[in-house]
Amino acid sequence: MTTTLKPVDVVIIGVGWAGSILAKELAQTGLKVVGLERGGNRRQEDFTLPGIHDQLKYDRRLELFENLSRTTLTFRNTTREVARPMRRHGPFPWGEGVGGAGLHWAGWTWRMTPWDFQIKSQTIARYGERMLPEDSTIQDWPITYDELEPYYDKFEYTLGISGKAGNLKGEIQPGGNPFEGKRAREYPNPPLKRSYGETLFANATRELGYHPFPMPAAQMSQPYKNPDGVTLGACVYCGYCMNTGCEVMAKAVPQTTTLPVALKTGNFEIRTHAAVTRINTSGNRAISVTYFDGQGRELEQPADLILLTAFTWSNTHLLLVSGIGKPYNPATGTGVVGKNYSWHNALPYIPLYYDEGHIFNPFMGAGALGTVIADFQGDNFDHTGLGFIGGNILAAIAMGHGPLTFQPTPPGTPSWGSEWKKALAHYYTRTIQIIGLHDHLSYRGNYMDLDPNYRDIYGNPLLRLTYDYGPNERRMSEYLVSVGDKIAKAMRPSKYAVYGLDAHFNAGASYGIIHQVGGAITGTTPANSVVNKYLQSWDVPNLFVIGASSFPQISSFNPTGTVGALAYFAADAIKNKYLKNPGPLVPS
Amino acid sequence: MDRRKFLTILGSTVAALGSAHLFSATPSYGRKLGTLKKAYTFFTQAESEFIEAAVARLIPADELGPGALEADVPYFIDQQLSGEYGAGARFYNQGPFGATTPYQGYQLALTPRQLYRAGIAATDQYCEETYGKRFAQLDPEKQDEVLKGLQGIAGDISLKDVPGTTFFNHLLSDTKDGFFSDPAYGGNKDMIGWKLVGFPGVPAMYMGLIGRNEPYHVEPVDLRSLQEAKAPVDEHGHVIHRRAAIPRPTTAPTSRPVDSSNSDDSRPEPSFAV
Repeated sequence: MTTTLKPVDVVIIGVGWAGSILAKELAQTGLKVVGLERGGNRRQEDFTLPGIHDQLKYDRRLELFENLSRTTLTFRNTTREVARPMRRHGPFPWGEGVGGAGLHWAGWTWRMTPWDFQIKSQTIARYGERMLPEDSTIQDWPITYDELEPYYDKFEYTLGISGKAGNLKGEIQPGGNPFEGKRAREYPNPPLKRSYGETLFANATRELGYHPFPMPAAQMSQPYKNPDGVTLGACVYCGYCMNTGCEVMAKAVPQTTTLPVALKTGNFEIRTHAAVTRINTSGNRAISVTYFDGQGRELEQPADLILLTAFTWSNTHLLLVSGIGKPYNPATGTGVVGKNYSWHNALPYIPLYYDEGHIFNPFMGAGALGTVIADFQGDNFDHTGLGFIGGNILAAIAMGHGPLTFQPTPPGTPSWGSEWKKALAHYYTRTIQIIGLHDHLSYRGNYMDLDPNYRDIYGNPLLRLTYDYGPNERRMSEYLVSVGDKIAKAMRPSKYAVYGLDAHFNAGASYGIIHQVGGAITGTTPANSVVNKYLQSWDVPNLFVIGASSFPQISSFNPTGTVGALAYFAADAIKNKYLKNPGPLVPS
Repeated sequence: MDRRKFLTILGSTVAALGSAHLFSATPSYGRKLGTLKKAYTFFTQAESEFIEAAVARLIPADELGPGALEADVPYFIDQQLSGEYGAGARFYNQGPFGATTPYQGYQLALTPRQLYRAGIAATDQYCEETYGKRFAQLDPEKQDEVLKGLQGIAGDISLKDVPGTTFFNHLLSDTKDGFFSDPAYGGNKDMIGWKLVGFPGVPAMYMGLIGRNEPYHVEPVDLRSLQEAKAPVDEHGHVIHRRAAIPRPTTAPTSRPVDSSNSDDSRPEPSFAV
């Protein structure tokens, strides 16, 4: 028996970065906004010393991540296989609870480049049609970098990003990323201090003629008051950043930035343990959402405007179970919901082991403490004759690693026994890591749909992921491994290894990189996308689907900066266009 | 594309220092099996003997100091199995179960508790049939052989009821977790694991230290000493580390051609969750 609740102006499904930004922006206009969050509440004051410094709880048992006994997804490499559930978290665990992925993130806050938004047309323009890999389904965004720039800026100033501009209004700045798009102003905070391992990387890459620069970080390099009047503390380089909150409020998360401002309006209510199972429609309008609360009651919340701002999986899943939009069919290439899933992992991964004269103290660090080169990113280098498009950003990192998750031993070392113990005791403090994050194209066979065999505890079919690496990534791997090898040699370690892509994506691999994109992609027409450039559903104009689910393909840059910018972009369109004239913002 | 084709390893330039007393090391820090001081709530008597013997081989006591047995790792595993983790409370356990590919992750219809119970029984049965003794009664060299066989890097032991490699990987991973997690969870006694690698533990303020190429030799601090306010703090409530009385010595492992007799040559566990 479903209980129907009193209507509200806006329902937001998922209270992470996108949800909290939309909540703040719309609650400030006076609209009554309800946020439904299927996980529990998480307040800043819950992240206190000493309990927050507990690797087993946060890094190994993944306290802030999805409880898979309730729901998960199923996985297979190709359509010829039977998908099986991810019974335990693998290489890309996903979060739940207030703050979402914005709470457990490491804080790497990138903008994509102009090329990332126009990957297809720029590839054709420079190399011709035949450079597009077979079966790839990449497409240009309907939004340009320049259109999104003011919203990147807004997100970076809300969060207080620490960094160094590389391109201020078209002028290349020493010490920044010379390949980035034009930015209107400098980062709000100077870069974090550089760790010793990064210094070795910076020196080596500079000698090779590349352009090292500090990672843009959501950790404050100094105390910071943001434009909404919220104050953040300075990072103490404690090393406990990933997978948990920050006790000194030095990491920008929704709890330290957007949420307090949204809640202060008095117009925003968060309901936790509220698992949405359906978006209900009538004709081409969304009329309500159905959810289960923590007491097991089924409730229906009517609203004028519905914003789907959950993680990539959930956004796609809810569209599919609600029958909104045409599901993608890889056999025919028709349909759009679930299309263009992509993910990127580490390419290459380079551990470097030193013996004499170098100590790196890996327990000191911050989630986004890193020095980066983008010389091999996107189309920053000539791909003629290389047989692939795209590339990676390559970063020497000091993210803060306790020995529970960082156990470096040189290749060939046994994985247990005295020899392992001796190697670990020696190399724990003498190893640095370099990782690449790479472009990953979308392909015809990589997609999400509903699983025919498995269900969640609410009775809905699980989301099914069909995914593997494509030919472009395999050729890219070969090339980027050779680049990594050159850099590693220049850093003169005692030993090192350079790892490229494995043979296939492996759902049983250990926790690596979370970024998931696609499934509800943005485009120019209902035939090539689920949402228009304002992230408004083509089929249901009072539904907006906001998040990394809208990316037509993943770039080498972590998606959060772009998710934040898109959230502000969509909020602007809703406030200044949609509310004045509710209806489609782009004619179809 | 096989990643190993891209694997490049530089030869070490470091001279071999000392000789490695590997598996012949005398566990002078070791205790007699079955004499530990706490109670098991999950393991039976026979299971506890297996676990104590196995962890003592996986992270042995040797010239570098005590190992997993001395660090109470068997109790850590016992407590983990008694709780939410052992019950698989946060794992998806619904069927159907069926044929899987090697790329679909853990697909057994067994919780960690059930996996240990079945894995220990099957390993002991294998040892009885092969050597006429249970695992815990074998000499250390034989125990290592069995462990390598389970791991699948030598001998490839097939167990009844349960895949040996899956069981072994759980055991190894839980042993390392117990060696390096906070002592509050029952292992890492006296912060043995943290002292081995030079990890300072819970509290951490490194603004003035980040970026320096300097060793940081301090006495580690755990959750309990903070919760009981036993660690020295500054005026902001931040812990001040005590310099270690004796800096932690290590020597580079010898760089002879690697004896991979128990190496699975797997990709090292990177740590880069971003």
